[in-house]
Amino acid sequence: MRILVVEDDKDVAGFVVKGLREAGHTVEHADNGRDGLFMAASENFDAIILDRMLPGGIDGLRLLETLRAQDNATPVMFLSALGQVDDRVKGLKAGGDDYLTKPFAFAELLARVEAMSRRGKGEGPTTRLGVGDLEMDLLSRGVKRAGQKIDLQPREFRLLEYLMRHAGQVVTRTMLLEGVWDYHFDPQTNVIDVHISRLRQKIDKPFEAPLLHTVRNAGYMLRVEEP
Amino acid sequence: MSSSAPDQPETTTPAIRPVRRRRLLRSAGVRFAVLYALVFGVSTILLAASLRYSTIGLLDRQTHEAIRTDARGLAAHFKTGGLSALVLTLDGRINEDINENAIYLLVDPLGNRIAGNLSRWPQGIDTPQVWYQVPVERTGKRSHALMRFYDLPGGFQLLVGRDVSARTQLRRLLRDGLIWALAAMVLLGTLGALIIRGLFKRALADISATTRAIARGDLTQRVRRSGHGDEFDELAETINDMLDRITKLMNGVREVSNAIAHDLRTPITRARARLEDAASHARTEEELRGAVDRATGELDGVVKVFQALLRIAEIEAGARRSAFANIDLTPVLEDLAEFFEAVAEERHIAIDTHWPSDLPMVGDRDMLQQAVANLLENAIKFSPPDHRVTISARMDAANIEIEIADEGPGIPEADRPRATERFYRGELARSTPGTGLGLALVAAIAQLHGGVLRLEDNAPGLRAVLVLPRRALNPEATLRIKLWAQTVRKAETQSGADAQRGA
Repeated sequence: MRILVVEDDKDVAGFVVKGLREAGHTVEHADNGRDGLFMAASENFDAIILDRMLPGGIDGLRLLETLRAQDNATPVMFLSALGQVDDRVKGLKAGGDDYLTKPFAFAELLARVEAMSRRGKGEGPTTRLGVGDLEMDLLSRGVKRAGQKIDLQPREFRLLEYLMRHAGQVVTRTMLLEGVWDYHFDPQTNVIDVHISRLRQKIDKPFEAPLLHTVRNAGYMLRVEEP
Repeated sequence: MSSSAPDQPETTTPAIRPVRRRRLLRSAGVRFAVLYALVFGVSTILLAASLRYSTIGLLDRQTHEAIRTDARGLAAHFKTGGLSALVLTLDGRINEDINENAIYLLVDPLGNRIAGNLSRWPQGIDTPQVWYQVPVERTGKRSHALMRFYDLPGGFQLLVGRDVSARTQLRRLLRDGLIWALAAMVLLGTLGALIIRGLFKRALADISATTRAIARGDLTQRVRRSGHGDEFDELAETINDMLDRITKLMNGVREVSNAIAHDLRTPITRARARLEDAASHARTEEELRGAVDRATGELDGVVKVFQALLRIAEIEAGARRSAFANIDLTPVLEDLAEFFEAVAEERHIAIDTHWPSDLPMVGDRDMLQQAVANLLENAIKFSPPDHRVTISARMDAANIEIEIADEGPGIPEADRPRATERFYRGELARSTPGTGLGLALVAAIAQLHGGVLRLEDNAPGLRAVLVLPRRALNPEATLRIKLWAQTVRKAETQSGADAQRGA
């Protein structure tokens, strides 16, 4: 993926750029709003990571509003120290696709950027999802693995659906909390892990090759393990 | 705005005097004193005027009337008896000395005296039927007289008058009295004004001294009450109440900052120690990575505390009421019970649920979710295995009560009032992970909704009751918040526009 990082803090920018490159992405960097807007408007990117408070006369919000006014629909994730609910709402209203508050874990940023840019590619209305021998029929709400029917509770179904839609990507606990349960708080307990392990019992335990993997310090990933 | 400052004098010296005068008038004491003197003066002048009107005016009118009547009588004598009858009457009146102040003079067409008690026609009297006040000389005495003359048929002229020297004396007496009174008035007015100003100053001096001391940072000062129970006492009481509240808030802030210092310093210290230790002692890369990971974990904990604190502050500021909407709490509770049921089951804790099929209210769904989640997580955290956690909800016309009860150790009664303070952690909670902010956040959310968080004894265990008014705010409060939000928004756009203009 080709990603533009607009961030004025050298350390944060360096950390993000390096991490994204390591993850196999092509990264461009602008350290002020003016350059950022110029690059975002004149080149094609798959995703933009945008700080809100930027030097150069154009802050993140104005940059994005200008971009959206030009019918540029590149997925944009805000990366900001302004973390109050109203700040988030403002960012999303301005046309942001996601909002990550500083300080952040890189794994969270990477997972969210990848998820966001895939979402941006416009998934058509699918009726079936499949990962390896795991199949999900969204119409009949049936799940099968290796032809064997698996019974899931409604919430387990939604959890699996979310994981399957993001198959091959790291999905963080926060993403699951927001995407599956629509919760915007931080549980003190390992409740997401418990839900994952319950799902694992149903879709992985009876079968030989596990599909639902734990990614250390990051989250989970649903994928077929290459032999 | 920066270059032109119209109210700033170009040269300071000549401008000082008018400024000082204006400042003197700006003193409320002086203003009240001047007003007092003005009212006093005007009322004295009114009194003097009415006194004058009712004495001298009355005497004047009486004299005029007497002269007129006299003249009418004499004219009648002339008409009936001719000149001789008139002369006779005049002589008679003068000789009989009916009225020693009466003055008469009858002259022929050539101006020669025929009768009367004046030796000659006074100077300056030439128009008939007009009042004159002239000095006259009568029986060797100089005095003042009020007079008027009438033309009689045949060219005779009759002058009728009264000696008014007594009245003039009275007038002088009155005038002198008034001048003294005026002097006394000025004196008394000034004195009264000074007294009023002094009273004002004394009444306000204590208040201003106290507030000045507070402004300097001495929060122990209070305004003394005079004990009269008057308006100044009321003001003093209001100010003292305000100061008590400020002191309480300040103490709260101090406590919180102490707690922050402690609760953030500890994990930061640990993270720092770990990193430093790893930097100098780690032998393998694996050891180094492990230390760095653990330090990152500590820092994540710090961030969590920060976020919780900011969130509480945000909620307490009331800025989030904009997200209030009509919501149904039943699905919220169902989802949360299902969400945490997995964790509970893993710890062999059963969750019992009782609630009506719908719980409609006005509120912020996200925040209520978080409040119930915090209570539920607490209950699960402190509940011993093989016990139950009960979530129930009740509703009446005014309130919704959400009750979350566990069978854990509970909170001792003495500690319960403090349990919702930031960073408060009970003896038992200290060994468990947590920020000490969970219940504080719940209490703040309850308060935002106009409700309360009640902590009760579940014997054994803790019963947390979240009481939420169904219509969270009265219309007036909602309106106030809306107006406030508008003002803030306006101010924001204003400052935004200013910033742009500046850039």
